Amino acid sequence: MGKHVITLMVNGESHRLEIEPRAHLADVLREELALTGTHIGCEHGVCGACTIRVDGAITRACLLLAVQAEGAVIETIEGLSDSGEISDLQDAFRQRNALQCGYCTPAMLITAQELLLHNPTPDRATIRDHISGNYCRCTGYQAIVDAVETVAQARQTAGERS
Amino acid sequence: MTDPLSPLDRPNSYIGRTVPRPNLERLVEGRGTYVSDMTLPRMGHVVFVRSPYAHARILDIDTTAAKQCAGVIAVVTGAELAEQCSPWVGVLSHLKGLKSAPQHAMAIDRACWQGEAVCAVVAATRAQAEDAAEQVQVQYQELEPVTDMRTALEPHIPLIHPELGDNLAFERSLDAGEVDKAFAEADAVAEAEFVFGRHTGVTLEARAILADWNPGERRLTVYQGTQAPHMMQNIFAKHLALEEAQVRVVCKDVGGSFGIKVHVYADEMATAALSKRLKRPVKFVADRIESFVTDIHARDHVCKGRIAVKQDGTITAFAIDDLTGIGPYSMYPRTSAIEANQVVNLVGGPYQTRNYRARTRVVFQNKNVMCQYRAVGHPIACSVTEGLVDLAARAIGMDPLAIRTKNLILDDAYPTDSPSGLKFEALSHHASLAKLKQMMDYDGLRAEQKRLRQQGIYRGIGIASFIEVTNPSAAFYGVGGARISSQDGVSVRMDATGAIIVQTSLTEQGQGSEALTAQVVASALGVALDKVRVILGDTDNTPYGGGTWASRGAGIGGEAAWQAGKALRMNILKVAGTILQTVPETLDIDQGVVIDKETGRERIGLDEVARITYFRPDTLPADFQAELLVTRHYVPRQYPFAFTNGIQGSWLEVDTETGFITLLNHWCVEDCGTIINPQLVDEQIRGGVVQGLGAALFEHCRYDESGQLTNGTMADYLVPMASEMPDIEVGHVVSPTLESELGAKGAGEAGTAGAAAAVANAVNDALDPFDVTITEIPLTPSVVLKALNQRRS
Repeated sequence: MGKHVITLMVNGESHRLEIEPRAHLADVLREELALTGTHIGCEHGVCGACTIRVDGAITRACLLLAVQAEGAVIETIEGLSDSGEISDLQDAFRQRNALQCGYCTPAMLITAQELLLHNPTPDRATIRDHISGNYCRCTGYQAIVDAVETVAQARQTAGERS
Repeated sequence: MTDPLSPLDRPNSYIGRTVPRPNLERLVEGRGTYVSDMTLPRMGHVVFVRSPYAHARILDIDTTAAKQCAGVIAVVTGAELAEQCSPWVGVLSHLKGLKSAPQHAMAIDRACWQGEAVCAVVAATRAQAEDAAEQVQVQYQELEPVTDMRTALEPHIPLIHPELGDNLAFERSLDAGEVDKAFAEADAVAEAEFVFGRHTGVTLEARAILADWNPGERRLTVYQGTQAPHMMQNIFAKHLALEEAQVRVVCKDVGGSFGIKVHVYADEMATAALSKRLKRPVKFVADRIESFVTDIHARDHVCKGRIAVKQDGTITAFAIDDLTGIGPYSMYPRTSAIEANQVVNLVGGPYQTRNYRARTRVVFQNKNVMCQYRAVGHPIACSVTEGLVDLAARAIGMDPLAIRTKNLILDDAYPTDSPSGLKFEALSHHASLAKLKQMMDYDGLRAEQKRLRQQGIYRGIGIASFIEVTNPSAAFYGVGGARISSQDGVSVRMDATGAIIVQTSLTEQGQGSEALTAQVVASALGVALDKVRVILGDTDNTPYGGGTWASRGAGIGGEAAWQAGKALRMNILKVAGTILQTVPETLDIDQGVVIDKETGRERIGLDEVARITYFRPDTLPADFQAELLVTRHYVPRQYPFAFTNGIQGSWLEVDTETGFITLLNHWCVEDCGTIINPQLVDEQIRGGVVQGLGAALFEHCRYDESGQLTNGTMADYLVPMASEMPDIEVGHVVSPTLESELGAKGAGEAGTAGAAAAVANAVNDALDPFDVTITEIPLTPSVVLKALNQRRS
């Protein structure tokens, strides 16, 4: 199968890659760039484990061919961790034990961050609705909702102070 | 020396405190190491060609074209791989009469379920292996499949394994007390057939294994998402003709287990065998459809139940006749008879009546294998028992809480036992029920229910009491001949800076084994939690032990950690006593400093004790040798299982037009003895409840008559997602086991044990005005509507 040469901008770094056109972005991130924080659960867009940010919007990396992502700004859990953008969410998840096995967690965090960026004061039902495309088998979701709610309130309080 | 301080009142004890798990930073940052993430030099990826038929003879496998494909390292058939891997039979001697047939790593002459591997393709990349697998030509001759467990034993049905004589894998009967007399003298008898859908674990990370046979070392290193590394070490050695010492099993991060990852899977054995055959690392990661057709399934029971009751509410007998289909083989090495056996053991378990009759039959069928999944047997037993109790209450016009109050074993009746022979040390059914009643405002909900019914809104309350098997001793597997340790070991050492390193035979899949071990050791020693590092999941680097399954981590591994921590404290104090020229018994350790026990005065830091021990032993007496590494083991002996108990409540609404069920609230009160970390226990309960709710409402492996799984994707097999799950309130009653010093029992399966029963009872309570009783899960809208429509017409 012929390969395509593409350039991907991932977490602020430019990568020139030779890939098969059929390769989806989650596989390319994991296998070509060793960004294994993007997890794979179902590979047809249902479980949400491969959620990343593409041009600022959350995206299922398993539903996007890597060749389609050329020129896009791609952010994964590794980049968001290094930049500190979601450190409060990460700390809240840890304090609240909002993860057990941790496999859904990177995607859950990225999904939660998107909600809080667009709706800084979500109620619990809104949080549940927003993360309802991310499957977690361990927690039963309540701890995740608690953690996201806590961060929303903390960010509000911090925003009012500044 | 006996220690006068209990675990709970050691100075600055972490027992009973919510502290964050020590291993979470790497997971929230995406820096975990799951087997799916791993690569090794020269690694090949294996993809399996799987039988598309439930039952078929394999006439020919033509691998010529596949072998020509780009990147292919090897194409190996079942017959060829049998040279590396011997077959197994999933039986245990204490399950009398259990039979099964030899199972190979890959099918040789005959495939017995849709999804059974028949040929392996190993290539440089997964994609190349998948491409080549499409080129493998397998000629099948379809055989008549046995799919319906209800007819599997009928004479005209073909035998899956003719050499076994019939399709009956296991049968157990029990008759205790005077059942016939109780039914004859009952004021009311209620009966129902309870139907449980087959479902599965759906771990978010699929099963994954990376096997690395290094001929230079003559060692096999297996990186595997497993709950029981030492069990797997034995199995790999046994079937790959190696000594156990030649096998190392490493278990890093695991993306969910729930019992799914405690079994021996044929394709994982094949992966290890391929590594040995090809002399290079081979990796297998199941994709989602492979998970659905090969991860063990569970439940799939049809259980007829009867209950006898007097007009005053006294329950006088339970009787059940249970049937389950387990697929074509009993799983290895834990067997597929345990769930049915548990059903017989557990039905009626919370109640006082001594009259109990049970039969279970376990039959073979050409569907995916079934085996132990979270709360093994408990949801069946609980749903049958609690469904029958509600039917009895309805038959005599009694309130569901009142009939339970009347019949649950009294809290002061312990120790006692059950008609099936279970030994109960200390349970708290009545205290738990009282707490649940108060938490859920039972009377308030009844009033609200009545008020809303007048508006055409149908809400229901469901109650489910349960008992839970935890802390299993050798009675579970060891006595039946399985080399599965019921004992755990913990080594604790102090290094040269005073830091503490712990090695435990427990494993971690998110439950908190690492956290509880660190908390227990820090408390036993008297050091800060951040001074303790826990190593687990590596047969080369931990004591031998069972691992994490059957709600055993805190109760067994936790006690071993406590004993090891205490022993190291004594050894440290011997060094300190020598340095300080005082009696060790007058000293203690608090916050990493040796103190006078009486006054609390600080004497010497552990860093200084360590420095002298390792670097200036010349300053210690010549006849004194410091020992700053100790190992302790623990296994329960007095009670075969530490039974726990609990009770759940459900409050939900049924839309009688659409059949949709909306969960409004859910409560669980449980008693796991000493609680080491309240937050972790609560989250085990909540996660377990939601797994039970999934079974109650959504989850079902749907097979057609030909044995084809018709919903093997996550779009078709529904799991609980955040938006349809309620918040769950958790309460506790604490009855420690006196068998261990820590007093901890298990909590991992309580949530799953009773959730479906509570929901089913709530649905029937909601539909009471329609005189509808549904005893089938999952309670999908179509099941609800069908029942309502039958009644309406």
